[in-house]
Amino acid sequence: MATPEAPAGPGGRTARRVIPGFGLTLGFTMLYLSLLVLIPLSAVFIRSLGLGVGHFFEVVTAPRVIASLRLSFGAAALAAAINLVFGLVVAWVLVRYAFPLKRFVDAMVDLPFALPTAVAGIALTALYAPNGWIGSRLHALGIEVAFTPLGVVVALTFIGLPFVVRTLQPVLEDLDREAEQAAATLGARPLQTFVRVILPALWPALITGFTLAFARGLGEYGSVIFIAGNMPMKSEIAPLLIVSRLEQYDYAGAASIAVVMLLLSFALMLGINALQHWAVTRHGRR
Amino acid sequence: MPGGGPTGGPRRILLIAVALTFLALFLGLPLLVVFAAGLSKGAAVYAAALRDPMARAAIVLTLEVAAITVPCNVVFGVTAAWAIGKFEFRGKSTLVTLIDLPFAVSPVIAGMTFILLFGAHGWFGAVLKPHHIRVVFALPGIVLATTFVTLPFIARELIPLMQSQGRDDEETALSLGATGWQTFLRVTLPNIRWGLLYGILLCNARAMGEFGAVSVVSGHIRGLTNTIPLHVEILYNEYNYTAAFAVASLLALLGLLTLAAKSVLEWRQPDLKHVARRTVRGLREKPA
Repeated sequence: MATPEAPAGPGGRTARRVIPGFGLTLGFTMLYLSLLVLIPLSAVFIRSLGLGVGHFFEVVTAPRVIASLRLSFGAAALAAAINLVFGLVVAWVLVRYAFPLKRFVDAMVDLPFALPTAVAGIALTALYAPNGWIGSRLHALGIEVAFTPLGVVVALTFIGLPFVVRTLQPVLEDLDREAEQAAATLGARPLQTFVRVILPALWPALITGFTLAFARGLGEYGSVIFIAGNMPMKSEIAPLLIVSRLEQYDYAGAASIAVVMLLLSFALMLGINALQHWAVTRHGRR
Repeated sequence: MPGGGPTGGPRRILLIAVALTFLALFLGLPLLVVFAAGLSKGAAVYAAALRDPMARAAIVLTLEVAAITVPCNVVFGVTAAWAIGKFEFRGKSTLVTLIDLPFAVSPVIAGMTFILLFGAHGWFGAVLKPHHIRVVFALPGIVLATTFVTLPFIARELIPLMQSQGRDDEETALSLGATGWQTFLRVTLPNIRWGLLYGILLCNARAMGEFGAVSVVSGHIRGLTNTIPLHVEILYNEYNYTAAFAVASLLALLGLLTLAAKSVLEWRQPDLKHVARRTVRGLREKPA
């Protein structure tokens, strides 16, 4: 091609002209993203506006809606917290210790990413139902998991685990072991070393892992609806309420609940991001 | 453990035991129960569930949806990574965040957006109806919803990869007289092939297994708009548990195959995992 050589400008300016396709690729990226994600999502917001402010608040503050939002947010937070504890143990064991079949175990951590949610849902229900392998034992102790809010927490714990483990793993691998050894040499007990040396370095990653698991849990549908029992006011998650509104052709109602979910989760994410920024700057880790 | 450090013997065994018990309870048993329940009435019943015409229709539809969705997202992923990885422009980090947006949106809301647009009472519903074009409760709606949900998978593998590779190779090829298209096919594509394959694996697994978004737009018409996960749901809700788990075991197998292929890729290309993770983290933390 006989395109004239671009005049040698300062730094990156020339590079932009040497490699072709900027306009085409960026244009296509924006078009695809807009048509498939941005315009459809904006429809949710616009549709909810159709109700008018007064009616919108009436819809989203109905007791059944509030109860479902509370369950969705509460169960997602609790499940993310459980994953924070056990995910840390799993990540720690995978990074620090050698044991048989470690590679297999490491690969299996991604199972919740790879197993379709509906399959996870029916499998967990079969396990935790009163006649299931785990459920029957818990039933004998008087604990009911399937068809209660606890079932929602179990499903969301399954879904969220890899987010915490995969966020912590690389950070644990990079962790400066000399600081730990120094602490031990200076007479710190293992628990002290963990709390004073290791944990502060892990905070940003722990917060990220929690956020990712929480966000995923909030919107989760497939794995939850089988095990939850879906009783209004008790074990009905917000996404399910959206589905039932859609089935009644109450588009504006469904859109309103969706908008509240989206806004609440974005607000929460921003808050958690701010917390993480604070944790990063406070401990001076970049 | 050699070296010892602050982590000694009994603690190590305790922690390994806790981790493995947790994983066995939450990951191992659910996987096991799928196959156990599917095969509980013998191989003949298992095979019959898979040979059922409705199950076959669901398998065909799922393959069709993946065959349309995955290539679309490959084109998108490669183009987005080219624009973001090879050029500097304003609003880049915002664009990266927007590409990740489908991960932050509930699949149910993703499916709903297309009902609001193309449903009977949707914006374009009235326009489509006289022409007998069905989007919702038909293949196009299922494809749209699946594409929405799986849109970030390939792009988010390729963007950090292309960023880390820079543009030296491409600039060399171009200065030696290659055209842009030749440069892409002979230089860029070989450079990103493992990352691309990795992204395709994850995208395909999700496309075939997606439930929430598809459930909202499909209408659950048997033999017509039921994908494999929806077929599992119907069988399960009819108390036909053995058949439900038999069909579900197909999806579980797909998940296991995906995991195995992913592990092999990660094992052969250790950078893949690390480059992707580190760069994404770097990208996220900068604007904060």
